[in-house]
Amino acid sequence: MHVQLTKLAHARSGDKGDTANIGLIALSDEIYPVLVREVTADRVKRHFKGICKGEVERFELPNLGALNFLLHESLGGGGTLSLMTDAQGKTFSTALLRMEIEITDQEAQSLEVG
Amino acid sequence: MKQKIRIAAGQGFWGDLPDAPVRQVEGGPIDYLMLDYLAEVTMSIMQKQRSRDPSAGYAKDFVPLMKQILPACVERNIRVTANAGGVNVEGCAKAVREVARELGLAGKVRIGIVTGDDIMADIDGLLARGIELRNMDTDEPLSTVRDRIQSANVYLGAGPMVEALDRGAQIVITGRATDTGLTLAPLMHEFGWAPHDWNRLSAGTIAGHIIECGAQASGGNCQYEWRSVPNLADVGFPIVEAAPDGTFVITKHERTGGWVVIPSVKEQLVYEMGDPREYITPDCVADFTTVRLEYEGRDRVRVYGIKGRPATDSFKVSISYSAGYKAVGTLVYSWPDAYDKAQVADRILRARLDRLGLKFDQILTEFVGASATHGPLAGRPSTDLPEVQLRVGVRGEDRNAVERFTKDIAPLVLTGPPGVTGFAGGRPKVEEIVAYWPALIPKTEIVPRVEVIEA
Repeated sequence: MHVQLTKLAHARSGDKGDTANIGLIALSDEIYPVLVREVTADRVKRHFKGICKGEVERFELPNLGALNFLLHESLGGGGTLSLMTDAQGKTFSTALLRMEIEITDQEAQSLEVG
Repeated sequence: MKQKIRIAAGQGFWGDLPDAPVRQVEGGPIDYLMLDYLAEVTMSIMQKQRSRDPSAGYAKDFVPLMKQILPACVERNIRVTANAGGVNVEGCAKAVREVARELGLAGKVRIGIVTGDDIMADIDGLLARGIELRNMDTDEPLSTVRDRIQSANVYLGAGPMVEALDRGAQIVITGRATDTGLTLAPLMHEFGWAPHDWNRLSAGTIAGHIIECGAQASGGNCQYEWRSVPNLADVGFPIVEAAPDGTFVITKHERTGGWVVIPSVKEQLVYEMGDPREYITPDCVADFTTVRLEYEGRDRVRVYGIKGRPATDSFKVSISYSAGYKAVGTLVYSWPDAYDKAQVADRILRARLDRLGLKFDQILTEFVGASATHGPLAGRPSTDLPEVQLRVGVRGEDRNAVERFTKDIAPLVLTGPPGVTGFAGGRPKVEEIVAYWPALIPKTEIVPRVEVIEA
């Protein structure tokens, strides 16, 4: 079944120049491996089509149950050069939480989502 | 040696809640107050202020704040670390010394002054010696913007601040020092951590990272269960309660709002993160994949297990340069067909700019209320939207072109689609863009200086 990330994770995002970073944090230890499996760098790149013009990198933080994504060339030049309302990428976090991922019915049951 | 040191964050940026540092001093026991004033382009703003007035160029708010809290700090031996000095650290320190004297604290306060971060005068020499100061993001050499540079400052680490504290400074004022160093320095000073004790230095650095954005660690901007965060109107700023072994607790004063919970600390840990295994500061390379968190009570999160690696042989340099001009204009379109009207208005505006032959490096149109934050992810806007704000920005080298653009916004009210308002602010302001150029420089090129003066 499909489930939206907002039911499985919380997030915070920020900027470094023209790169946005999104820290995606699992709401429980059991959810983290599902995020690792489903929320790949490729998947995030496709999700941010038209927004992220560069590469997407992913880093794992199993100790925090979190993934960190770097979305390069995403902030209209970044910093003071950017004309965007969200030049600092603060709302990329919630934009990622819109993503829908696929989980098994068994996972849905044990994670108590759906 | 003390077994516990409490370091309180008072400002997450220049312009944060003005009362926060006062409340940290008054609200309960603390040993240190750390104040981070410098964002990436703050130095260039201060440089501009100083070129108009040689006595300016630092965070002005810091001086009246010191006037307010210094008597309590002296009485309770609370020490302050602040990168409030900007491009005029001496000027800032002298102003604070004046305040101390006015308060009758002459002879009772020592002020540490950390300089050596400003390399503006050395740029040509460095370039001539083959130090190219390439942009860390784009790899371009600095020579491409040499004649447009406005400021150049090295991010200094904890070292010089430790020296100032060792020499008895009650207030340490720096220019461009790292925000994490403002927390790490008191810990190195109090616990005698060696400059190559990489694990403990990394622990102090991560402690600094957690509190450097103020209330963002204690319930502010907390996405996790945001409706449940108690009493943000009275939010307590975070406090690090550190032990000599490098473990620490994140907490806040009792009877304040907000919360310190594992999710709020996690959100701040991942904020502005790059490669989590390599958080590089002048002091060490901290590994965020080693951080462990556990509850130690209400509003108390214990942080332990942190490991790190040796510091690199470079400092980061923050260079600012003029990069043209920009302006942003807005109008608000109301129901019915708000989004369609805003789109039509945008097309009319662009046709007029084309006809004028104006050249811009970038024109960006956003529809606030429909897609400004999440773009295409927001889906097609409803035809029933109550209103949409049209927001058009331009950027370019030619000031006149940007100026001309600003004259074409308000006329849309009488010459474009109906149901429009929100032009009362007048023409948009043309802003000079001061852009940020991050670079690396060998540490051997930099000589930090520490001076301690008596009030």
